[in-house]
Formats: sequence, structure tokens, C-alpha cells
Amino acid sequence: MRWMWIDRVLELTPRSRCVSIKHISLAEDHLHDHFAADASRPPMPIMPASLIVEGMAQTGGILVGHAGGFKEKVVLAKVGKVELSREAIPGDTLRYTATMTLFDAAGASVSGIVELLDPAKPGSPEQIGAIDLMFSHIDQNMSGIEFPSHNFVFSESFRTLLRSSGIAADF
Amino acid sequence: MTREEIFGKVREVLVDALGVDEDEVQPTTTLTGDLGAESIDFLDIGFKLEQAFGFKIGQAELFPQGVSQDPEYVKDGKVTPKGIAAMKEKLPHFDFSEFEKDPQLAKVAQVFTVDSLCRFVERKLSKA
Repeated sequence: MRWMWIDRVLELTPRSRCVSIKHISLAEDHLHDHFAADASRPPMPIMPASLIVEGMAQTGGILVGHAGGFKEKVVLAKVGKVELSREAIPGDTLRYTATMTLFDAAGASVSGIVELLDPAKPGSPEQIGAIDLMFSHIDQNMSGIEFPSHNFVFSESFRTLLRSSGIAADF
Repeated sequence: MTREEIFGKVREVLVDALGVDEDEVQPTTTLTGDLGAESIDFLDIGFKLEQAFGFKIGQAELFPQGVSQDPEYVKDGKVTPKGIAAMKEKLPHFDFSEFEKDPQLAKVAQVFTVDSLCRFVERKLSKA
């Protein structure tokens, strides 16, 4: 079971861009540890920045995987840039927009924007971050190292997400 | 495009890809030894050169690939004369003259210099 950090794909324009959302809920266990109360302050539940990067990586990974018909094993190879200007808390929704900047047999580059939709402040979403990622098609780049033939990257968790987003996942 | 302009853009690519300072990038600087590039950075550098100069780079066109897996090219941890000849033919932008004196596979990265990237770009642009 892959731990998914996006809830739905809103848009998938082949080889161009993928938009997804993540609702942040206080029911998520990790928010009770990040950060728990200490002697100086009460609990401070904040979406970890590393998991925001993972959400963008999953969004970008779907875009890159889709471009290759989900035949390639797409893995996050490099985090080129992460800029986050504010915290996201329970009740907020994050919207990830991943735009493909390069794609070839070896891998792909994706430029991403993170926006925050605060239900208490209706209106335009606020851009809170920019994340640039590079993905590798590992079967093409690991100097002869062999991996299992089945595509362990785009597992059932990804297929379920795609199906529930209305995207064909019959790979 | 002049050699100086090419160097400037290559330097920008390396600063962006490797997170190094501009003044660390000099013509004789090696990508792995001096700038700390790892294998996955080579893919990133290739992508960023494509974006910066507007050309496509084929697989194994910029950096050697598959040499270490070929028993004709590597024996006892050293690149054979056949292996060196193959790399020279496929990767003419690298200067193998020093490497040839002690062709240990582990030292092949010493030929990956900033200057060699500039030569690669020059050749690509001249063919465009």
C-alpha cells in the first residue's frame, strides 16, 4: 500500500500538466506529532513541508508516468527547488499544479506550483510555494541494474486514485 | 555564440543544477571531484543544457553509458584500450589524455570538466 498524499486528480493534460488536491484533516495521525505540545506551547498541527513535496512528487509522477503510458518506473530523482512561504493547517486544501518542462527516454523535469485554499477565506487561492522536481525512468538509468518487471511504482494505490478521479487506469 | 557566452550559460546551468557558487565553476573544474555532482545530476545537467541552448541530447551522447558493464571495455577495474577508443569516438568533447596514463574506471569522472561541457555545446551548436 502506497501512502497517497493527494486526494484527487482534477486535471490531466497529457505531457503538459497535472492538477491535484489534498485536503488536510486533523484526523491524520501525523499532524498530532507535527507538532505535539511541549512545555512552551500548545499543540501546533502543521502539514509537514516534506509531505507537501511528496504531494507534488505524486502529482508530477502521474504526469510523467502517463506520458509514458505508465510503462516506465518513474521515481523521484532530484528535488531541484522548494520554496514554501506559509504553513498549511487542518481544514486547508492544497492544490498542486505540475507542469512538464522536459520529457525523454531517460526521465523528465517538472515545475510545480502549490496553492492554498482556506475555506474561511473564499476567493482566489493563494500561491504558497514552488517546487521543481526531476524524475528518472529507472530502468534506463541504473547502469544495468535490473528491477522487478512489474511496475511497482504505479501500484493499486495509484490506480485507485486515478479511477476515483475519472481517469482511465487500465494499465 | 562565443566561447565566453557558452561558458557563462554552462556556468548558470551548473549553479542551478548543483547548488554551487558561480566562482566555484571554472573551465578546469571537475563536475564530480570539485562540484560534488552525483550520477543523477548528470541527467539533470543534460536536461538543463537542453533548455539553456535549445537542442536535444541523445542518450549516452553527453556522458558515457554502459562502459562499465562491457567486459571488452573494462578489465580488472581498468578501462581497456578498446574501451578508451570507443569513448573517444562517442564522446569527442572529453579529453582522455591524462586518464589514459592510468585508466582506472573509478577515475574516469576526472575527464568531466566544465571545459568539456563547453566543448560539447560548441559542437552541438555548430551542427545545428
